[in-house]
Amino acid sequence: MAGGDVIIGLEVHVQLNRLRSKLFCGCSTDYHASDPNTHTCPVCLGLPGTLPVMNRRAVEYAIRVALALNCEIQGETLFYRKNYYYPDLPKAFQITQYDFPLGMGGSILIKGEDGEEKKIRITRVHMEEDPGRLVHAGTIDRAKYSMVDYNRCGMALLEVVTEPDLRSPKEARSFLDKLRNILEYLDVFDGGLEGAMRIDSNISLVGGERAEVKNISSHKGVEKALAYEITRQRSARRRGVAQVQETRHYDELRAITVSIRTKEEAHDYRYFPEPDLVPMRIADWVPEVEAELPELPDAKRERFVAEYGIADDHARSLTSEIRVANFYEVVAKRAPSRLAAAWIADVLKGELNYRDITIDKFSPDHMVEILSMLEGGKITEKGAVEVIRTILDHSGDLSEVTPTRVVEAKGLARAGNDAVKAAVRAAVEESAQAVADYRAGNEKAINFIVGVVMKKTRGRADPGEANRLVKETLDEI
Amino acid sequence: MVMIRELQEGLFAGGSAEEMINSLFEKIRRSRLNAYNHIAEDQALERAREFDRSPWEGSLAGVPIAIKDSISTRGIETNCSSRILSGYVPPYDAHVIERLKEEGAIIIGKTNMDEFAMGTSTETSYFGPTKNPWDLDRVPGGSSGGSAAAVAAGEAPAALGSDTGGSIRGPASFCGIVGIKPTYGLVSRYGLVSYANSLEQIGPLAMDVEDAALVMEAISGHDPRDSTSVKSEGGYLSGLNGGVEGLTFGVPKEYFGEGVGEGVDPEVERSVWDAISKLEELGASWKMVSLPHTKYALAAYYIIAMSEASSNLARFDGLRYGLRLGADQDWHSTFSEIRAAGFGPEVKRRILLGTYALSAGYYGRYYLKALKVRTLIKQDFERALSSGGADLLVTPTMPFPAFKIGERIEDPLSLYMADVFTVPINLAGVPAISLPCGFADGLPIGLQIIGRHFDEVSLLRAAKAYEDATPYHEAVPKEVI
Amino acid sequence: MITGEDVDHISWLASIKVSEEERAAFVASFNSVLDYFHQLDELETDDVEPTYRVVDLTNVFREDVAKESLSQEESLRNASRMENGYFKSPRIV
Repeated sequence: MAGGDVIIGLEVHVQLNRLRSKLFCGCSTDYHASDPNTHTCPVCLGLPGTLPVMNRRAVEYAIRVALALNCEIQGETLFYRKNYYYPDLPKAFQITQYDFPLGMGGSILIKGEDGEEKKIRITRVHMEEDPGRLVHAGTIDRAKYSMVDYNRCGMALLEVVTEPDLRSPKEARSFLDKLRNILEYLDVFDGGLEGAMRIDSNISLVGGERAEVKNISSHKGVEKALAYEITRQRSARRRGVAQVQETRHYDELRAITVSIRTKEEAHDYRYFPEPDLVPMRIADWVPEVEAELPELPDAKRERFVAEYGIADDHARSLTSEIRVANFYEVVAKRAPSRLAAAWIADVLKGELNYRDITIDKFSPDHMVEILSMLEGGKITEKGAVEVIRTILDHSGDLSEVTPTRVVEAKGLARAGNDAVKAAVRAAVEESAQAVADYRAGNEKAINFIVGVVMKKTRGRADPGEANRLVKETLDEI
Repeated sequence: MVMIRELQEGLFAGGSAEEMINSLFEKIRRSRLNAYNHIAEDQALERAREFDRSPWEGSLAGVPIAIKDSISTRGIETNCSSRILSGYVPPYDAHVIERLKEEGAIIIGKTNMDEFAMGTSTETSYFGPTKNPWDLDRVPGGSSGGSAAAVAAGEAPAALGSDTGGSIRGPASFCGIVGIKPTYGLVSRYGLVSYANSLEQIGPLAMDVEDAALVMEAISGHDPRDSTSVKSEGGYLSGLNGGVEGLTFGVPKEYFGEGVGEGVDPEVERSVWDAISKLEELGASWKMVSLPHTKYALAAYYIIAMSEASSNLARFDGLRYGLRLGADQDWHSTFSEIRAAGFGPEVKRRILLGTYALSAGYYGRYYLKALKVRTLIKQDFERALSSGGADLLVTPTMPFPAFKIGERIEDPLSLYMADVFTVPINLAGVPAISLPCGFADGLPIGLQIIGRHFDEVSLLRAAKAYEDATPYHEAVPKEVI
Repeated sequence: MITGEDVDHISWLASIKVSEEERAAFVASFNSVLDYFHQLDELETDDVEPTYRVVDLTNVFREDVAKESLSQEESLRNASRMENGYFKSPRIV
């Protein structure tokens, strides 16, 4: 999919779902497990006569994000009405920003297609309200009717718009991962909630018109939707069909894009300043928010390298998720920092991904305990992996499964020297053929004997140590 | 004629609120005015019985009040005299309704109006025009025509209206009662179905200045649900009897004679000059002032109002409330047909013109231009009402007395012209009152007094002094039996 | 000058179906109203700031506190078509 002919820009809609209430009304944001239309009130249903009132914390969160994305903040900012019809939009206009958006001209760094750091420019960051959610009876282009749930209507959204700096679906994915990571660092966003991040993408081939692909609702979806769209546009071009400027809807189930609007129905949103809200003067507020901005991923990565003496790759992996970074810091304060980095970045994260669970399910105390047993030679590396897996797979009360107990219960304690020596003697005695082969010059025959030792110690011997002892014994004889 | 204070005296003396309200309902049922869209009979009588059992306190305790149908009332249909909202029952009360209830008032019903407040005559109502109690062939003014007619005819002691470009003051003038358009921001708009948000305010209509002040006191004040609502001091009643001595009234020359004053009925002009003389007699002074941009106010007003309306009224699509037609097609066709069937011609005209004024390529020429002209008009008022200028301005409310039903409705522009003295006040956001100041051929004439931002106290004080010295507010229309 | 085509376009934007008869009437009345509006062109306003609102307020906020919502029944009460707690909308495409 790489190839230099692809131009991608993203419009990412981010729900500020760490807020308690919606943007303009007091309805709770905690609707994800609720029945439809139970988190709605006269204001977010757009009933006649209702008026919006701005959520102070939403503005603070928006300033945080704009600062973290290196944007310039507008000292005075205001809201507009964007007028258009759609059944999910109860007022038939969306309160959003237009001229004077909250943030402009930012950027973030991602790992580009070539593995190098790449700067993706951010055009603007603005605040707006979320529309409701449409549920189609079947697919969007075939449904006889649709059903509307306004629970999410009025949630505070940030729209983050990039310049067309992305060159492949993979880069788009990498941008979104980084953006999510930053938002979670800022504690304004929980990417794990349904509908938390929704993406519209402008995509074109060099020299062609662009298609706007809407309704992409996951990071995985982005890669698939864009890959589909690139293939579609390329094959259309091969057939000599010109791409027209159009809006396409991503159908996640079928993993295809469907055209839903062509240019002849081009919109005229008739933006004008929302008369029911007053302007916001935030210039004096920005330094306050800036002072309280937490450390962001890039800074944390650099600090990890400097402070803990770990490899850049490990630091990148550890800081790619705020929870993991916090976990690491707790552990690194009480265990050798490099060992901790390797075990968390290389082993624990893999085991978590495999199980699709978050690091909250693992206690830093346990990690410290495991690392200390490893360091003291009480368990082998293999044993340590086994302990981690056992704890992650344990479904009951976490306090019942300490690493020490797992080691005891599963007999994972590394075999003592005497026991290993005894096993080596016995293995050498039992393996006459291998001993003969070794003496005949086949060095590899020693592996068979080491295998027998491991079997006899049920894996608790350190393989390197066993190898050394077997050699010693053979050379003595 | 019913006065709030007389009603309350009756109630204090042991009269029954239920009987009093029942007799009002009796009168409304017999009425030929078509002032009400709905009577809240069950709720009102239940509340009246409760009051009779154990009377509560409050500045409006036991007082029945009629509400314009554009103000949301929990559990009582609120349809703005439009087919598209027929059957809509709000699940919440407007801020002003909460305030009235807190002060002990009893909501008796919803009054007829121009559809979505778009009109000057109450003729654009889906439910037919309201008639003027002084002459049943004439309009009561609009858009709060139902509220004004009800009060003038004794079908309610007081009512709430809303005033976007004169919709309280015009009907007050045509029906011979008192109506106040408060300073923008003084009364919460939460619950008022928006026509033009940046212009409109809710205000009282009553038989005299004191009753109107009583209702003002109840409904004004800060509401956190309206971002444009301000904190206010109140004190309208206590400051009422201060007289006009020492006050300087400005008489805007553009409102008389040449310019926009050209079409003014001579009887109206004479009555207003008489009123100015009366104020002078009472110890005030007056001087001519200039509001040079007055002639542009109507155009600026209509552009702004229509533009905002086109957006405000976009939500009526039948999906969540209101009119839904037979079988659905695709959503856009369905919405378009519901809106075609649900809105009357004047509402469609304003939505479409407003849509045009905001559309790509025209925003600068119309909407933005109108907002700039608004600045000039606002500055006119600031200059005229500055410390070296006048404390208050005096003008006619309407250029002529009530016109005949059907006389102007076919020609939108001639209807719009009737608002020529009232719309500049909404553009500037200042407060104004209309009160009776004479008659022309048996039809009431209204005097408009205009004040500085948030200086309702002076406004009401001047109006009260004039009223005390004149008999016009005591006249009773024929229709009142 | 507003034409019949303009009226069609505006009516599409405003989502109001306009009949043939209405269309002709609107063309006439829109042009007379717009002519009246054009008297604003007489005024020089390049250096004039627009007045969006007459109250001089900024930074009006509410605190981030969740309040009780309407029940599903109340939310849907005024809708004429619904299904399983959803508002029922006409088809999208």
